[in-house]
Amino acid sequence: MSRSTLLWSIALAAAAVVIPFYLDASWLQDGLFAMAAAIGAIGLNLLTGATGQLSMGHAFFLAVGAFGYVYFASLPEEGAHSLGGLGLPTPVAAVLAVLLAGVAGGLFSPIAARLKGAYLGIATLALIFIGQFAMSNATPVTGGHNGRPVPPLEVFGFVFADTPDAPLVIAGVPFGALERLWFLGIVLLLGAGLFARGVLRGRPGRAMNTIRDHEIAAGVMGVPVARYRAGVFVLSSMYGGLAGVLIALVFQQTVPDYFGLLLALSYLAMIIIGGLGSVAGAVIGAVFVSMLPRLLTRYSDALPLIVQPGQEGVGAAEAAQILYGLAVVVVVLFLPGGLLGLVNQLRLRINRRVASAPAAKHSLTPTPETRN
Amino acid sequence: MITFIELLVNGISIGAVYALIALGFVVIFKATEVVNFAHASLLLVGGFIIAKTHEALGFWAALLLGLAGAAVLGALIEFLVIRRANVVNHSVLAIVTIGVDIVLTTELTRQIGTEVLALGDPWGSEVLHLGAINIPLARIAALLAASAVIAAFLLAFKYTNWGVAMRATAEDAETAALMGVRRGRVSMGAWAVAGALAALAALFMCIFPTPGLDRTVTATAMKAFPAAILGGLDSTTGALAGGLIIGVTESLVGGYQGELVFLGRGLGDVAPFLVMIIVLLIRPAGLFGTRELARV
Repeated sequence: MSRSTLLWSIALAAAAVVIPFYLDASWLQDGLFAMAAAIGAIGLNLLTGATGQLSMGHAFFLAVGAFGYVYFASLPEEGAHSLGGLGLPTPVAAVLAVLLAGVAGGLFSPIAARLKGAYLGIATLALIFIGQFAMSNATPVTGGHNGRPVPPLEVFGFVFADTPDAPLVIAGVPFGALERLWFLGIVLLLGAGLFARGVLRGRPGRAMNTIRDHEIAAGVMGVPVARYRAGVFVLSSMYGGLAGVLIALVFQQTVPDYFGLLLALSYLAMIIIGGLGSVAGAVIGAVFVSMLPRLLTRYSDALPLIVQPGQEGVGAAEAAQILYGLAVVVVVLFLPGGLLGLVNQLRLRINRRVASAPAAKHSLTPTPETRN
Repeated sequence: MITFIELLVNGISIGAVYALIALGFVVIFKATEVVNFAHASLLLVGGFIIAKTHEALGFWAALLLGLAGAAVLGALIEFLVIRRANVVNHSVLAIVTIGVDIVLTTELTRQIGTEVLALGDPWGSEVLHLGAINIPLARIAALLAASAVIAAFLLAFKYTNWGVAMRATAEDAETAALMGVRRGRVSMGAWAVAGALAALAALFMCIFPTPGLDRTVTATAMKAFPAAILGGLDSTTGALAGGLIIGVTESLVGGYQGELVFLGRGLGDVAPFLVMIIVLLIRPAGLFGTRELARV
């Protein structure tokens, strides 16, 4: 680890710890959604960015994770709309939900292993429609159209929820559900990111990139192509499941309609905008795409062309969608590496200016650092 | 039995419309190797133009304008985006079309809002009675028009210079270019044709018995994707077969929903995708698609 990376990491970590003490709840909620999106996007980037397998069904696995958690953790409810549930301890439920998403991905692996690229993209489109169908029919699990409430996570007696009768106050700041979840989100994102980085940098990552770049060459060199494709698909679904669990915890209510095609498309937009095939790219893209609508809503009165809610014209949510659609096109046309590539280019340029002439001599041979 | 025949005819008619969409999809794939996820929005644009202009211009002029508008839009997407994107991996191009789709669909659904727009077609809600069998006139028009257009398209694909150029490019783009085929023109033509086909499909998707053009049309148009895939992305025959299979499946499953209610509500909407998955399990390249072979 170079010194600048170390400094950056320390600065980011400090910012992450300090933020909940200063920002209000709505910003925290946005931040948490961005973290959940980042986890999901990392998973999709392993599949689409690093292995070249297009998936339009990522939202399905988020739904599996979210509803899996709710079902495992809730107690069954009798009544007019009877809801099922297993009432397991919540951490167990969360782990099981992630595993369930993995199993769902595994069930799809006969297709995920044999199809490639855009073919798989359309095949996974089926997952979205099947998911919507299943969610609207399995009302005892999903609660039907209105969804159902999510029980808060509780680890060793520590509840990730508002506790009015025993408030937790740290440094004069009341720690409610969002502040507590913030740290959970950071831990999860960090773990997810480090694991994915390990996968990408190690032997599996090389194999995945080779499959993406040249399938036959990969096979000739002894990479079991089909097994890898299925495996990455399962791994990416588990990331999707984890993102789903986190989203459910933040939302505190899961709604089937949320997990539609639009969500799946926004995840693809994230990894393209951020940068294909890397963890940092997925995180940057996720923050960009999930913060954009909220930023536009917040400053809608100050921005031209965007109207306030309820008026005739382009609303903030629509403007955000159009913007990230355009961003996808612009990034592919002009920034092949995504935003991450842009950052790296700028950094290289600055470094070159600082280091002046002698360093340039060595940059002729590509090193792993300059290539990525 | 009568219900069955009615459903079957309806299904074939819907299937012919899906085949129109799938055909455009396949043409684009053959000419430029791009899986065009913006196809649903091309369709929406065509339908929108027809809906907005038919009162001023009359139906037929509006239809021509809609076809032309969608064709121009398709050509523009090719010219402004696909041609400029210099990427090796074709999955990335597919994602670009998703970006285009997000932009177009968001703007158009905003324009449409919660309205249901009529397309002003001459068939209205008339029903043709053949003995005990009742079939809406609009569905017969859809079937006839789609068949005629598909036949014309296939003949043009086979016998005209344009068709030969397109097939040559699909076979081997580099050699075709060396033989004097203008690749830019071929791929732009493919996108334009696909746009026009989609606009025609939009018309038949939004007339009786559907109430009109509304914001859910793109979701319906999504069903043409399984049609194209299960037939085989690079096969025009496959697009026809796929379209018919999807149309008939949807119509039958929807029609017999009462008997199939134990499987859940809304099965008609997922059935096309289930069929696609089953076909892909058995034949990963689709029914008529060429299995990719590589010589090393």
